[in-house]
Amino acid sequence: MTTDVLGARIKRVEDPRFITGNGNYLDDIKLASMAHLAILRSPYAHANIRSVDVSVAKTRPGVVAVFVGADIPYNPLPMAWPAGGSAGIKNNVNTPRVLATDSVKWTGEGVAAVVAETPEQAFDALDAIEVDYEPLPAVVDAEKAVAPGAPQLHENAPNNIVFEWTVGDKAGTDAAIDGAEVVVRQRIVNQRLIPNPMETRGDIGWYNPGTDEYTVWMSSQTPHIQRLLLTAFVTGIPEHKVRCISPDVGGAFGSKIYCYADMALCMFASKAIGGRPVKWVEGRREGYQSTIHGRDHITYLEIAGKKDGEITGLRVKTYANLGGRLSTIGPGIPTTLYGRVLSGCYKFPNVYAEVIGVYTNTTFVDAYRGAGRPEATYVVERAMDLFAAEIGMDRAAIRRKNFIPPDAFPYENPSGLGTASGGAKIYIDSGNYAPALDKALTTVGYYELAKAKAEARTRGKYLGLGLSTYIEVCGVAPSKWIGAVGEGWGAAMWESANIKMHLTGKTVVTMGTQPQGQGHETTYSQIVAHELGIPMEDIVVQHSDTQGTPFGYGTYGSRTSSVGSTAAIKAAGKIREKARRMAAHMLEAAVDDIEVDGANYSVKGSPDRVKTIQEIAFAIDLAFDPPEGMEPYLDETAYYDTPNCTWPFGTHIAIVEIDEETGAVELVRYVAVDDVGKKINPMIVDGQLHGGIAQGVGQALWEGAIYDDGGQLLTGSMLDYAMPRASYFPDIELDETVTPSPVNPIGVKGVGEAGAIASTAAVANAVVDALSPLGIRHLDMPYTAQTVWRAIQGAKGGPA
Amino acid sequence: MSEHIAFVVNGTPRELDVEPRRLLVQALREDLDMTGTHVGCDTSQCGACTVHVNSMAIKSCTMLAVQADGASITTIEGLASGEVLHPMQNAFWEKHGLQCGFCTPGMIMTAVDLLERNPDPTDDEIRHAIEGNFCRCTGYHNIVAAIRHAAETMRAGATAGEGVGGATR
Repeated sequence: MTTDVLGARIKRVEDPRFITGNGNYLDDIKLASMAHLAILRSPYAHANIRSVDVSVAKTRPGVVAVFVGADIPYNPLPMAWPAGGSAGIKNNVNTPRVLATDSVKWTGEGVAAVVAETPEQAFDALDAIEVDYEPLPAVVDAEKAVAPGAPQLHENAPNNIVFEWTVGDKAGTDAAIDGAEVVVRQRIVNQRLIPNPMETRGDIGWYNPGTDEYTVWMSSQTPHIQRLLLTAFVTGIPEHKVRCISPDVGGAFGSKIYCYADMALCMFASKAIGGRPVKWVEGRREGYQSTIHGRDHITYLEIAGKKDGEITGLRVKTYANLGGRLSTIGPGIPTTLYGRVLSGCYKFPNVYAEVIGVYTNTTFVDAYRGAGRPEATYVVERAMDLFAAEIGMDRAAIRRKNFIPPDAFPYENPSGLGTASGGAKIYIDSGNYAPALDKALTTVGYYELAKAKAEARTRGKYLGLGLSTYIEVCGVAPSKWIGAVGEGWGAAMWESANIKMHLTGKTVVTMGTQPQGQGHETTYSQIVAHELGIPMEDIVVQHSDTQGTPFGYGTYGSRTSSVGSTAAIKAAGKIREKARRMAAHMLEAAVDDIEVDGANYSVKGSPDRVKTIQEIAFAIDLAFDPPEGMEPYLDETAYYDTPNCTWPFGTHIAIVEIDEETGAVELVRYVAVDDVGKKINPMIVDGQLHGGIAQGVGQALWEGAIYDDGGQLLTGSMLDYAMPRASYFPDIELDETVTPSPVNPIGVKGVGEAGAIASTAAVANAVVDALSPLGIRHLDMPYTAQTVWRAIQGAKGGPA
Repeated sequence: MSEHIAFVVNGTPRELDVEPRRLLVQALREDLDMTGTHVGCDTSQCGACTVHVNSMAIKSCTMLAVQADGASITTIEGLASGEVLHPMQNAFWEKHGLQCGFCTPGMIMTAVDLLERNPDPTDDEIRHAIEGNFCRCTGYHNIVAAIRHAAETMRAGATAGEGVGGATR
């Protein structure tokens, strides 16, 4: 048998095309007779559209067609995940149209579109479109938007409220807080971020007049879902008449999950101009206003407990800014994926959260790497530090004291955080939190911290250390749970796999998931090679095309390694079972007597009576002599619905130094001990952690989308938005504990988001720890030199 | 209105008629169908479009095609010697220095340029040299490791007189 590839650090099979410039991203696709589309976007954050005059634009060189909102008969985009979970939650839904018709709600909302022979001609013609706007007052801050007298965005959303959602035990939590020995309260802001995958979005729509069918290429994480949404919800075109293809996707981080107006626009435009393919590629500055943003919470937290550090209650009120209109699953993120994990890895007996979704004149907000869970982790991990500081307790000790103990799994928070309406539950499948904490503390020399701080002071620096003992829910999700009223988008979240072993023994694996850099072609090959005992080189993994792959829900929510992989394992199991029956026939033995060892199928007790799976494939694919009733071909499909989510955890520790004179923060060390269960390819796992950590650090230290009060995006380009650069980081030190998940057969948990979920809180806690000698107990992110310098000056009684 | 330009791209003489406003990256991607060089922004920040012009790494979105008249240009497509990958390409593969792959061509071209100026860079020097190239996937950790690895490989190759590396000059 060949060396097992499952769990091995194997170089990625995707990489040769990427390192030689042979990747095939959306903008690399050129089709015969292709036309190019550009979108005119609103310069106002809030305005009524009185009229749009495209007559001059139509005469510009190269222009093929010009469209305004009224030309397009499609429905508004769907909002597929309302805030729900308890009876009677009302969502006041407003979603974008393909192009705005009557009003615009944020700078960058699409108003008109030009199709021309070249992209340059399309952009040039945008300048000739005259839009008569009636500007209206704007509001960009969620708390201000719900205040009396704020500008109102939508008639059906009084006070700009999308929903008011609650979870947990209100009475119990109120009582715990009212009767507590110690209560700490803090307002904290989780600022708005721009996802910034290195490839912007784009689409090509092609209507084939000969077949009355559409093909849509899209830089998307979810081609199957987009086909469903674009047909059944937006255009009314029958689902079987549309094919969606995601080519190589240059990063996404959540921003490419959604149904965007431009997808439908390219479909419409292609048909309108007689069936020429129409390409739209998002510019970077354009994308900062046309692709979703992430986070943007204002939270009031109250944490209550005893003087010995036992936490008895956590109460949270959060204003979640969802933008001017709703993105596809915007309301689901600050509710289900946030409120339900607010207790983190702690056995808090009482938790209650109230979340108010709010419209503002800003770009829509939706899932961005971690999606609700980084925000929850930030709340609970800051709360633990605040409480520890209040009672003078060691920050590691208070965490340890409140950990869910290892013998308590499966565990559901007693306030019912995991229970959906109707009683469907998710529960924390497994965990053992202290070993990861211990390992991280030892690695950084936690108990020598005072010495390190004193040494730093001799250099004019404040040194700080921050802990984040995070937990995340991933592997979303059991369909029964996600489909409960208001807990999901009413569909399912299983995954699918098909395996065909052709008669040469070469094997094609097609998946419903959709990578954006995660290396699925490698990891699925490892799994199938392991399951069938065949060389990885004999396997090709295909995905990304609704024609030829089984329906799948796509890749996000750290779900592919647990849900997608299990579908592949199930399909391989079916292949193995059929091969076993065929082997029994070929070897004239009983099926029960066939033993499988890798690729070899032999008769029990007679190891020389053996057929390889390749020989079996040849025989059954030809099917000259199949056993009675057996269909030809080794070709099996499996659908897998997970019984529960998976729950990675770990301890991250950041060490920062702050320059007393300038306020500049330097991340000097970062140690992460993660427990993501078993690993399919540890090299890829490490890479996911590195990237996630860097994104979370980016939020803590540099990044932030900033609007002025009129709704202009001040951080509107890569010049202005603080994308992290290589020189900002030290090497990242990774370590692990391994607690296999019981939820799936290989014990994996998912790792795409863990880094981003953990690291923001670790760095924030480090910065506050560094500043604590000055009496500072909280500071809002990002910790730019200016912010920190002002805080230092303020604490010292100087100019703030 | 268009201008006639002639340049050498990956060793092959090419001639184009281009609009004066055409960027070098557009000429490469649109006119020459060399889509390995990517466009990741519109403010010359991201570095995804980095190529070598007359043996210097430059962002091809900051240069007009007409300015490249008479120049010698190497893109990611021209970095390997036939089937033999450049040591930097191998190092990115070996060290998992890429995930989505979008920044990778520009990152590799910048890294090759660094090692030709500084064959034995420190980690700080590597991180400084790639400051003009954004990556959102890797946290840069494995990119730095890849460049370090390539430097070791190329120095070893140079010592052994095998002449690996320097394929672009």
